Amino acid sequence: MIKALPAFVAIPLITAFVLPLFGKKGKGAATVLANVATISLVVLAVLCIGHRGVYLLGKWSIPLGINLVLDGLSCLLLLAISVVSAAAMLFSARYMERYTAKSKYLSLFMLMVAGMNGLVLSGDIFNLFVFLEIASLASYALVGFGCEHEELEASFKYMVLGSIASAFILFGVAMVYGNTGSLNMAYISKAIQSSGMNNGLAFALSLFIAGFGLKAALVPFHAWLPDAHPSAPAPISAMLSGVLIKTLGVYALCRTVFNVFGVSVAVGWVVIALGVLSMLVGVFLAVGQWDLKRLLAYHSISQMGYVALGVGLGALILARGGEAKWARLAILGGLFHLVNHAVFKSLLFLTSGSVEMATGTRQLKQLGGLATVMPITRATCAVASASIAGVPPFNGFWSKLVLVIAAVGAGFYGLAAVTLLVSLVTLISFLKIQRYVFLGELPENLRHTQESKGPMLVAMGFLACLCVLMGLLLLVPALRQSILEPAVDVLTEGVKYSAAVIKGS
Amino acid sequence: MLYSLCFLLFMVGLYCAVVKKNMVKIVIGIMIMEYAANLFLIMLGYRLGGVAPIIDRDHVDLETGQIAASFVSSCVDPLPQALVLTSIVIGLGSLALMISLCVRVYGKYGTFDITEIRRLKG
Repeated sequence: MIKALPAFVAIPLITAFVLPLFGKKGKGAATVLANVATISLVVLAVLCIGHRGVYLLGKWSIPLGINLVLDGLSCLLLLAISVVSAAAMLFSARYMERYTAKSKYLSLFMLMVAGMNGLVLSGDIFNLFVFLEIASLASYALVGFGCEHEELEASFKYMVLGSIASAFILFGVAMVYGNTGSLNMAYISKAIQSSGMNNGLAFALSLFIAGFGLKAALVPFHAWLPDAHPSAPAPISAMLSGVLIKTLGVYALCRTVFNVFGVSVAVGWVVIALGVLSMLVGVFLAVGQWDLKRLLAYHSISQMGYVALGVGLGALILARGGEAKWARLAILGGLFHLVNHAVFKSLLFLTSGSVEMATGTRQLKQLGGLATVMPITRATCAVASASIAGVPPFNGFWSKLVLVIAAVGAGFYGLAAVTLLVSLVTLISFLKIQRYVFLGELPENLRHTQESKGPMLVAMGFLACLCVLMGLLLLVPALRQSILEPAVDVLTEGVKYSAAVIKGS
Repeated sequence: MLYSLCFLLFMVGLYCAVVKKNMVKIVIGIMIMEYAANLFLIMLGYRLGGVAPIIDRDHVDLETGQIAASFVSSCVDPLPQALVLTSIVIGLGSLALMISLCVRVYGKYGTFDITEIRRLKG
C-alpha cells in the first residue's frame, strides 16, 4: 500500500492536465473522467486504512530526499478529502452545466485535490508549503470562477489574505531551516528535542500559527471566509468549507505544533483561545445573516472553533502532564468533529446549491415553502442541520458530546459551557433556515420550482447517509480502533513522530 | 544583523499590503513580502568568500580520495537556492493570477480603489 502513495498526488495531477484537452465538445467525457478519478481516490484512501509507513521518492534516503508519510492522521484526512471531493464532483456534473468552460473548472478542481492530498502526505516542511500553494492557487481561481462583481471581489480579498498567510509560512520555513539545518519534519523535530527551543524557533512557531490560522479562518483571521465561501459555485463552497480550511489550516497546524515543535502550555492556550473566539464570534455573526450561503459560511468559522478547541485542549493537558485519557478524549473529539464537519457542512452547501439552482436566489426572505416542491433536498438539509446543531443520533452530536465530556473531565467547566451555548445558538440559526426556506408560504414566483435531478440527488443522499451512519465510527470499537484511534495516537505521541518516521524509512 | 534587515523588508511589504487602498499597490506589497522571504532563504545559505558548491578535481585530494576541508568550510549551502527557485516560480504563478484578477475587477468596477469595491458586507 505504501508503494501506491504517490498515486494520491499523481492521479489528480495527471487528470488535471488531461481534462482541458477535451475542450467544449468532450464535456461529457471530461466529466466522466474526473468522476472516475475522484472515486478511485476514495477506493485508494479506504485501502490505506490501517497502514502506516514512509515512501522515499526516487529512493533517496530520508534527510536528503523527499518523503511521503502515511500515518493515522494523514489517513483520516485522506478519507475526508476523497469522500467530500467525490460527492462534490458528482454534484458538479449537473450543477456546473450553467457555467461556460466546464473542463477548466474540472481541471482546477483536480489541482486543488492534488494539492490537498500532497499536503497531507508530505513529510517535509517545504513540500508542505508547495502543496499548500497549489491547493490555494486553485481555490483562489475557483472562488472567482463566476467572473461577476461579487465573485471577483471575494476572490481578490481571499487571495490577498491567503498570499500574506503563504508569505508568513514561507518565512517560518526559512527560520526553521536556519535554526535546525533541516527541512525534513522528523529531523527538525529531532534537532529541536536535542537543542531545545530558541528565540528563532519560537518566532517561526508564531509565524506558523498566524499563517495556518489565516488559512483555517480562525477568528481574528476570519475576514475572508464569509465572502469567499458563498461566492464560489456550490460544489466548491462545499470543498472549501468541507476540507480545504481543515487540511490547509487545522491539519498543518496540528502537524507543526504536535509533531514538529512539541506541545507547550502557551501554545495550548493560544489554540484554545483562537478556538473559543471562533466559536462565539462565528455563531453570533451567523444568526443575523439573511443570505443562505453566507450564514453557512459563518457557521464554518464557528465549527472550526470546535476542532481547534478540542485539539488545543489536548495540547494543553499533554503539556501540563495531566491525565492522558482526557487529552486523548479531547483530541478524539476535535478530530472526529473535523471529519463530521467535513461531511455535514459540504452537504449543507450542496443543498444550498440545489435550492439556488432551482429558485435562482439564496436570500432567505425570498424563499419559503420549498418542502412540498423539493422534498429530497429538504430531507437531506434537515439531516445536515440536525447534525451541525448536535441533535442525536446524527454525527455532530457524538463529536460534541465527546468534547464536552473531555472538557468536564479535565476540569474546564467554562469551556464545556461555551460548547453547549454555541451548540444552542447553532440550533436556533438552523431552525431559521428550515423555517424560511422549507416551511411557510410558497411564494407565487416559485410555484413551478422543480426538484434537482440525477447525480445531484445521489451526491446529497450519499452524504446524508454518512451523516446518519458516522456515529458508528465512534460507537463500534472495531471502526474506532482502525480509523479514529490511530489519528489520535499520532497527535498524543507528539514528537515521537520523528523516531517513528526515521525508523519506518 | 543583516537578517533583521530582511525582516524589516518583510514588514515594509506587510505594511504596504495592509494599509494601501490601491489594488495594484497591495499586490506589490505582497510581492515584497515574498521576496523578503526569498532573500532571507538565500542569505541563510550564503557565506562571505564562499565558493560554488560544485566538487571538481581541485577540491579532491587525489591520494586519499577525500574532499578537501577548505572546500567543506567555504562552499555555500546549495539547498536554499533550490528552495528559492521553487518559491520564485510559485510567486510568479500567484502574481499572474493576482494581476489578472486586478484586470478583471477593473473591467467590472472601473476602479482600483478597494474602498469603492464593496458589494460584500455583513
